[in-house]
Amino acid sequence: MHNIKIACENVSKTFLQKGDTRVDVLKDVSITVRDNEFVVILGPGQCGKTTLLRMIAGFEKPTTGRVLMDGQPVGGPGRDKGFVFQSYMLFAWRTVRGNVEVGLRMRGVPKAERRVISQQYIDMVGLTGFENHYPHQLSGGMKQRVGIARAYCNDPQIMLLDEPFGQLDAQTRLYMEKETERIWLQEKRTVIFVTNNIDEALTLGDRIYTMKDKLPGTLCNCYEVDLPRPRESTDKEFLRLRKQIIEESELVL
Amino acid sequence: MSHYQHVKVHRQRALVVLPIVSLSLFFLSWELVVDFGLVPQTLLAPPSAVVKMFFAKLTSTAPDGLLLQEHAWISIKEAFLGYFLALLVGIPLGLAMGWFRLAEGLARPIFEFIRPIPPIAWIPLTIYWFGIGLTGKVFIIWIGGIVPCVINAYAGVRMTNPVFLQMARLYGATSWQMFRTVCIPSALPMVFGALQIALAWCWMNLVGAELLAANGGLGFLIQSGRKLGRPDLVVLGMVTVALTGVIIGLAIDRIEKKLLAGMRR
Repeated sequence: MHNIKIACENVSKTFLQKGDTRVDVLKDVSITVRDNEFVVILGPGQCGKTTLLRMIAGFEKPTTGRVLMDGQPVGGPGRDKGFVFQSYMLFAWRTVRGNVEVGLRMRGVPKAERRVISQQYIDMVGLTGFENHYPHQLSGGMKQRVGIARAYCNDPQIMLLDEPFGQLDAQTRLYMEKETERIWLQEKRTVIFVTNNIDEALTLGDRIYTMKDKLPGTLCNCYEVDLPRPRESTDKEFLRLRKQIIEESELVL
Repeated sequence: MSHYQHVKVHRQRALVVLPIVSLSLFFLSWELVVDFGLVPQTLLAPPSAVVKMFFAKLTSTAPDGLLLQEHAWISIKEAFLGYFLALLVGIPLGLAMGWFRLAEGLARPIFEFIRPIPPIAWIPLTIYWFGIGLTGKVFIIWIGGIVPCVINAYAGVRMTNPVFLQMARLYGATSWQMFRTVCIPSALPMVFGALQIALAWCWMNLVGAELLAANGGLGFLIQSGRKLGRPDLVVLGMVTVALTGVIIGLAIDRIEKKLLAGMRR
């Protein structure tokens, strides 16, 4: 049952900046993600975790190494991969429904069918009644719900979330984590979730990969989080694991 | 009790009083300079003469053959015809140049070559081609107005957030879909900017065109004043150009605000 969905094999990435400056962003990173698994990549800012996610999405090509999905090299971005952006990236000129339907519209799904599908995901993320609102009328948490609904609406095989709650306040963030868990339990997908927040990682992840603090980014450790859901951040095992991760990864918190 | 209460906001008194002072002083000294003979009447008409001329020209076609409002109407007609043609061609061209390699590669060199030529430099050629009627002037206005349209639409597309494009690609968008659903809406604020700039250019080039090749219009009125040695006519023409320009500018401002408000909702 535990098929490997995503595999990064010895992936390295080098960027050229300003035309002639070489920056090694990732070095020799190997991760595997099983079908329907919730994997969190935890690392501080500027450790290359977003770059790793962007390579899995197909936005970037690895300089060396391979990124495989179902055993096949990832070609380019496509609708089999859902991506949730840290900065929401909603179309200001489209309503909630219009934003959620973007992918369906690009594929030429007829309007009546679009309505049914989009409504399902708008309801799922708890935005029922806000279908005709514009992004500027929504709070940060609600905007990201739109972002999540939009990604799900395209029926991707994997969901990639790039620090999706980085711009939210602490309470909204906690709430959105619970929501993310609820949605994932309801609509099982393979999820890769990038964050710099250790509690978020422990609340959500089946497994957590930690990354080192400096460039080029390398993997540090991998932790199985074998705790029942929903998790309590005051749980003894939760706290033990939290301490272990902090000590072993020298995370500056 | 409501949380919203109306408060009176006082405009700074200086900004109300000073413009009145400066305008009064300007017109008064203008009037006096001519009345006391510091500047001869043959070189500059005093404001009183211009006002008199203004009312006279509303009902009299002398000495240039048309009423003032007829001149103004000719000018407005020409300016707007050229303006709309400039929008019609310039905005789609600029948008396409911003997104499609083919359009940019083909159109950009020609555009860059024609752009630095001042529109009034086209006057001799247009006289050969179209005579001194409406077509020639519309052509000159069009050539001038198209430049800001193309530049702004092009820049607007170029300023599209690249992450939006990546997202569209993730959703399987074709190049045309990205252009239509992402680039054009992103470029709209810049395009609206072009509406204003292009109109200002059109209005200016219009007068230039009419000064040299016309048989009617406000520029022609100014030119007639010069030929007949009538400074009051010259100044009247200038003042009418200014007033009409201000009125059109305000109108466009209103329309733009309405359109943008409709877009933001």
